[in-house]
Amino acid sequence: MTTTTATAKTDGRTESAGSTPGAARGPRRPGRIRRIGLPYLLLLPALVLELLVHLVPMVMGILMSFKALTRFSIRDWGAAPWSGFDNYKISVDFNAPAGEALLHSFWVTCGFTVLSVGLCWLLGTATAIFLQDTFRGRGLLRALFLVPYALPVYAAVITWAFMFQHDNGLVNHVLHDQLGLTDKPSFWLIGDNSFIALLTVSVWKGWPFAFLVVMAGLQNIPKELYEAAALDGAGMWQQIRRITLPSLAPVNQVLVLVLFLWTFNDFNTPYVLFGKAAPEAADLISIHVYQTTFATWNFGTGSAMSVLLLLFLLVVTGGYLLLTSRRRKTADV
Amino acid sequence: MRSIRVAAIGAVTLSLALAVSACGGGSSTAGGGGSNDSPKTLTYWASNQGASITVDKKVLKPELDKFEKQTGIRVKLEVIPWSELLNRILTATTSGQGPDVLNIGNTWSASLQASGALLPWDDKNFDSIGGKDRFVDSALGSTGVKGEDPAAVPLYSMAYALYYNKKMFADAGISKPPATWDELVADGKKISKGGKWGLGAEGANLSENIHQVFVFAKQHGADFFTADGKPDFTSEGAVTAIKDYVDLMAKDKIIAPGNAEYAQNQSLSDFAKGKTAMILWQTASATLTSLGMKDDEWGVAPAPVRSGTPGTGTSVNSMVAGINLAVFKNTDNHDGALKFVKFMTSDAEQKTLNKAYGSIPPVKAAQSDSAFNTQATAALRDTLAKSAEALPQVADESQFETSVGTAVKELFADAAAGRPVTTESVKAKLEKAQQQMPAK
Repeated sequence: MTTTTATAKTDGRTESAGSTPGAARGPRRPGRIRRIGLPYLLLLPALVLELLVHLVPMVMGILMSFKALTRFSIRDWGAAPWSGFDNYKISVDFNAPAGEALLHSFWVTCGFTVLSVGLCWLLGTATAIFLQDTFRGRGLLRALFLVPYALPVYAAVITWAFMFQHDNGLVNHVLHDQLGLTDKPSFWLIGDNSFIALLTVSVWKGWPFAFLVVMAGLQNIPKELYEAAALDGAGMWQQIRRITLPSLAPVNQVLVLVLFLWTFNDFNTPYVLFGKAAPEAADLISIHVYQTTFATWNFGTGSAMSVLLLLFLLVVTGGYLLLTSRRRKTADV
Repeated sequence: MRSIRVAAIGAVTLSLALAVSACGGGSSTAGGGGSNDSPKTLTYWASNQGASITVDKKVLKPELDKFEKQTGIRVKLEVIPWSELLNRILTATTSGQGPDVLNIGNTWSASLQASGALLPWDDKNFDSIGGKDRFVDSALGSTGVKGEDPAAVPLYSMAYALYYNKKMFADAGISKPPATWDELVADGKKISKGGKWGLGAEGANLSENIHQVFVFAKQHGADFFTADGKPDFTSEGAVTAIKDYVDLMAKDKIIAPGNAEYAQNQSLSDFAKGKTAMILWQTASATLTSLGMKDDEWGVAPAPVRSGTPGTGTSVNSMVAGINLAVFKNTDNHDGALKFVKFMTSDAEQKTLNKAYGSIPPVKAAQSDSAFNTQATAALRDTLAKSAEALPQVADESQFETSVGTAVKELFADAAAGRPVTTESVKAKLEKAQQQMPAK
């Protein structure tokens, strides 16, 4: 804040000084400063808030990860003893139970994320392309498909939890009672099937966003391209491969990244679906960290795991952006 | 350009430094003790004891008004659901911004005691509320680590009992409720057919699992912690105890497999609907009424033992369940908080409140009231007096609930899916649970 007022003051003063003769070089520099400085000035409130709301807690988390912060010290955590890299050693010692569980949870999360993002993208893109042609009821369908995205997460997931119940759930009623696909009613909220349940809810919740974004992207592809392609004898499949998908590349780059980050970090879905202790097959990393931190009151180790997660996501995001933008650059040339 | 960059970096550093020092300041005040800076108000966090939060407010409001009339202290009430209470307490502990007086689950006493956030109840503090010997011993046994000043005082006491459906028993030709596990399994098998089941369980509820296997372990002469507070989950007794409990579903098949995923009291509504004939529950009477069951449709008996009658040692048939009342150490109304605890634990309030919640007063003088000698409460009171034992009073109790509770949940999931539950598989799960406990 101090800087804001200081810059503004300098600006105001030199402006009035600019009108006095003899300050030939004066007016040019403030003008430049103003021109270059204005965007920074306008960004400053956002920057300060971003620091307060996002970065400060992050720094706190990083500090906490170097402390032996347990129930004995949370009351005055500034005084908790420093523990160096102990929390990290516990987290990445894959031969010990804590590290092994974290690694298991990491692989589960990776598999879950790849499947969920892939399915969300596939469903969203396919639907968006099919809904590109005008036909009666298109508007209605588009609105209908966006419903899962518009519903409050908690309410939607708790409804799924009811549907997945073993005894009275709708899913078992349809699969077992009506279609007879299974020998006996399956468990969806405990055991290995919980992964399928989690994936189903995640895709159901996530694909409308992909649909929305791809649909917006499709509006920017010139119709002439398709007409030209049709004249040249390209079928629908070829049009999709040669025109639609390449034109969507910049949209997809952002879409996949955002979906990846949301899915990898998803906490609400497993928490509402399974409660505090998720089944092993669906032990996503965010819920695993939560359990380490809150259920067992080990805030230091929980923070260390969060920091590792942050680093991993940073590396993946950085690598992804670097790779995709380089590919696009070479494609442009 | 350069000067702007420098200015921007300066601003970033400055705001960071400010924020960090601000947070540091907050936590250092959290280290302070209590005061009497605002003697006219108190904030009270109540746990959810009634059928809903609205019910709790209705029960507590008139009593708090009474307190205000007596002392001139206004009590701001917040009823907090169980799913959030512990996290809220932890947050309050870290930030120092908490209530003055709060309810805690009595099994958390030792864990919260270790955090140092709660006012220790030394003799002086106990004297201000009429002395320690006003309370029942078993309830005092669940207020913190033995040998240290308690972290809280008992407020409501509860115990497990066997609730059974009289009509379903009569239909199956069973004349009296089972007193031993063998009898319970035999009766359960008679009932478990045609979509009806003998016993209900909350297989995915970690705390509930702990409460049950604790009693099973006691009956096998085993403890989950050694005398000096080290975790000891894999003893033969503990393994057998947990296998026995899960076997009620896996081997005896008197618990419906669907119960493996229950965590929100679904077994209670199954019981009320006549789908299961028995449940082991603490103070179910009020909830059963709200679920539409009439008082003469169900009976209460002491929870089963392995043989003989309930008592101490291996004849324990319940944990000491209940709610404790604690004072936050850095309250700004220390004297008022003690007055409020005195009020809540007074004979008259104990009768009113425990009547409303169907629990048993941990205050001896209040127990004589006839309300605690009905069909619903007599068995609970007896159990508390003679055959209930407190869960381990160790600082790691909450980790124990999470790790062993999860192990039992996973074993139930195995049983429900038809996978074998063997001594080896139980032992493996418990070994894993023990490894998750913090090393000392």
